[in-house]
Amino acid sequence: MTKAPVRIKTLTIDGREVGAREDQTILDVARENHIFIPTLCDLPGLTAVGACRLCLVEVRGVNRLLPACVTAVAEGMEVSVSSERIDRYRRSILELLFAERNHVCSVCVTNGHCDLQSLALKLGMTHVHFPYQYPRLPVDASHERFVVDHNRCILCTRCVRVCDEIEGAHTWDVMSRGVDCRVITDLAEPWGKSESCTGCGKCVQVCPTGALSEKGKSVAEMSKRRQFLPYLTLMREARR
Amino acid sequence: MTDRKTRLATVWLDGCSGCHMSLLDTDERLIEVAKRVDVVWGPLVDHKEFPADVDVTLVEGAISSVADLDRIKVVRARTGILVSLGDCAVTGNVPALRNRFGAGAVLRRAYLENETLDAQIPRQVVPELLPMARPVHEVVPVDVFVPGCPPSADLIFSVLSDLLEGKRPTPAAIFG
Ligand code: SF4
Ligand code: SF4
Ligand code: SF4
Ligand code: FES
Repeated sequence: MTKAPVRIKTLTIDGREVGAREDQTILDVARENHIFIPTLCDLPGLTAVGACRLCLVEVRGVNRLLPACVTAVAEGMEVSVSSERIDRYRRSILELLFAERNHVCSVCVTNGHCDLQSLALKLGMTHVHFPYQYPRLPVDASHERFVVDHNRCILCTRCVRVCDEIEGAHTWDVMSRGVDCRVITDLAEPWGKSESCTGCGKCVQVCPTGALSEKGKSVAEMSKRRQFLPYLTLMREARR
Repeated sequence: MTDRKTRLATVWLDGCSGCHMSLLDTDERLIEVAKRVDVVWGPLVDHKEFPADVDVTLVEGAISSVADLDRIKVVRARTGILVSLGDCAVTGNVPALRNRFGAGAVLRRAYLENETLDAQIPRQVVPELLPMARPVHEVVPVDVFVPGCPPSADLIFSVLSDLLEGKRPTPAAIFG
């Protein structure tokens, strides 16, 4: 069977004309053209899920904002990736992430290496307008080598996806809804008791915040190594 | 504007004094600043009353006790531009770590569990803790936010310089 030829679509991003394959998302095209769209849950090599909403963009003719990471391109689409309105929404989303858990950068393992912290700087978040919630959340240090600190988790599900899609273990999943939502290992058992976890550490490396870290790392010592992901994805595609 | 010197105050609430140390770390540049300001209040000033008609006040620390709360209300009322200096003032930071457990747990830990002789929670002299430590802007309006734990001396100096020139800075600085 011969594959159908890939169709090319033409669209504009912030007034710039760009070409895209029909199977690409707005985010893919923006990245290819070095146009910045902030992201937290997206990670090339993992399935896009549209969890964090940081990548919201305006599309002409559509009233609501659309997440660029899960919106397919279309012929003649007119996209704006930055405007006063978008910036305001993105900052509010960031502030809500800070307000709903306990982020104390000065004493955090990923201080200085954190995607959430650096995005706050990049998007000009000066302070959090919403009242901090101060939820009481657990830290699970039962695993031999890793720690999960729910105080720092932004529920991006990168850990869930890398463990399922790349490692093939599916140790992580998501439990409950709203403010009670948590990432869990196996059936909400301590990570150290997990029978599915291979101890590969991929989840720790892709986690954008200090929620997943290696044991023995002190304040500001946990920087993440993500080089393995594009490599593994390439190898996998070559095998197909 | 007249050549009147800027009336500058600094206030130390629930912080570790690190932000004040960072201010002092601006070193010899302080001499330039000193020529242009009257420091009318600070942690080393002895008066009881916070002065009136202060142009700029830098606040270090979160609002953690009844005394902090009373103080910041007076400071706000008597200050033109109120600056939250450092993460404790801007986010609650380390003082707010206790919020998940409540003030009672902190007092028990400090005064009962760690004390062997005549352990009791003080009822006088020490100001009463609020149920939660809060960032300054949750209590009174704040005009300028300077994050960092502590903010670097360079950052503080640039914010101060802008303020002395009558500009309203919006510092791009990282939390932590
Ligand atoms: S996870 Fe990031 S944003 Fe949260 S406390 Fe740690 S460094 Fe700060
Ligand atoms: S260490 Fe590997 S197997 Fe274990 S939870 Fe993380 S990604 Fe999954
Ligand atoms: S633990 Fe880390 S990777 Fe997993 S959902 Fe939370 S922030 Fe995302
Ligand atoms: S990157 Fe698109 S929703 Fe998170």
